[in-house]
Amino acid sequence: MTDIAHTIQPGAADLAIAASLVLFDAVISAMLGLRLHKQVLWAATRMVAQLLLVGLVLRWVFAIASPAATLAVAALMIIAAAREVAMRPAHGLRGWPGVWLSTASVGLSSVATVLLALFTVLHPTPWYDPRYAIPLIGIVLGNVLNASSLGLDTFYGGVVNARATIEARLVLGATRSEALAPLVRDSIRKGLIPIINQMSAAGIITLPGIMTGQILAGMDPMDAVRYQILLMFLLAGGSGIAATGAVYMAARAVTDERHRLRLERLKSH
Amino acid sequence: MSARLQIQDLRSALAGPFSFELAAGACLAVLGPSGSGKSLLLRMICDLDPNSGDAYVDGASRAQMSAPEWRAKVVYQPAEAAWWEPTAAAHFSPPQMARVRELLPQLKLSPSLLDTEISRLSTGERQRMALIRSLARAPRVLLLDEPTAALDEESIAATETLLQAELERGLSIILVTHSEQQATRLCQRTLRMRERQLSAA
Repeated sequence: MTDIAHTIQPGAADLAIAASLVLFDAVISAMLGLRLHKQVLWAATRMVAQLLLVGLVLRWVFAIASPAATLAVAALMIIAAAREVAMRPAHGLRGWPGVWLSTASVGLSSVATVLLALFTVLHPTPWYDPRYAIPLIGIVLGNVLNASSLGLDTFYGGVVNARATIEARLVLGATRSEALAPLVRDSIRKGLIPIINQMSAAGIITLPGIMTGQILAGMDPMDAVRYQILLMFLLAGGSGIAATGAVYMAARAVTDERHRLRLERLKSH
Repeated sequence: MSARLQIQDLRSALAGPFSFELAAGACLAVLGPSGSGKSLLLRMICDLDPNSGDAYVDGASRAQMSAPEWRAKVVYQPAEAAWWEPTAAAHFSPPQMARVRELLPQLKLSPSLLDTEISRLSTGERQRMALIRSLARAPRVLLLDEPTAALDEESIAATETLLQAELERGLSIILVTHSEQQATRLCQRTLRMRERQLSAA
């Protein structure tokens, strides 16, 4: 069992010592002319502010433990992730279809995996206990965001570059799914590579973040490992749903019912 | 008796309206300066760009069939054909191969080119191979965008002889070309495209 009494809690002074490492980065940047010192300091400041804010919000949400508050926080997180998915790839859909596509792919994949975990594996009572639901959706979102934006980046880039090839198949009577099939496969594969790498590197090259955190917080390593394995499976499922969903929706969105390529629906960032 | 191809009030935001008819075995030449809308016309006919109006092949309305079905009957061959497999051979289905082997010598192409990497074929070889790819689909109408632009005189003659034979077998062709001579050699009728409008030559 976890024994909180024996864990070491970093205090303000400890954090200040660790912060000197960031200053050290800034000094390196200034001395070597990397022109990164402003960015390093700004990113570190942002990180501190964002995390403190999240800590406060989570403490508050955990305290009121209402399904509405949990749902509201989850919805906000999904919207933020969807915005990233719409912005990150070099190309994106114009207007509402782009918003709808990224929200649907990120939202459906994360909600489906998190609900599956809550109802069949973890069984917290009540099921919406924010102490489980919110960290879960957070880590799943981080991964599905990666999977869909990589998939979409490959797909949109491919459609723009291979326009002539795709149209060459269409003019010979291919359907839009036939003409786009190789690109769709490539894009989904791209979206799945990070989670595959994560799984194969786990434990040997990297100690996954969640597990490390739990061990640092005093959990027995084997318990932490079981949690991490469960999470990896969730992330693999989530990434698969997200990449597949996003790329298939994008393939529909850049073509029409007359099997034409409609690149005017794309904009570049 | 309905025409092989009937174009009825075809228009898009960029070009048209176009209306004309083409009989079976007939060739229509479209001449005009670059950028005047010749390729746009072909893309509209094969329904690759959004457009309104209707088109009929042997009396069957385009609106009544799926786009892939329509494009299998009305094949558009762009000026620069793109390839998606590493070799030309991979672009054909097994039942098409007999026809392909019959067409290769007519265009002065060696059968060994079928298994050569596409990137190692010359522009002229690729262009003739693209014509074989289009004809192997056995279309009712062929929309050709400058099919001899990259060819030497001998290959132009071979291509024109083949097209002539296909016309006699009943294929209908719309030929976009820069060469008035080619238009007179192959086509009974010539239209001129200017500022995205067609007029009689």
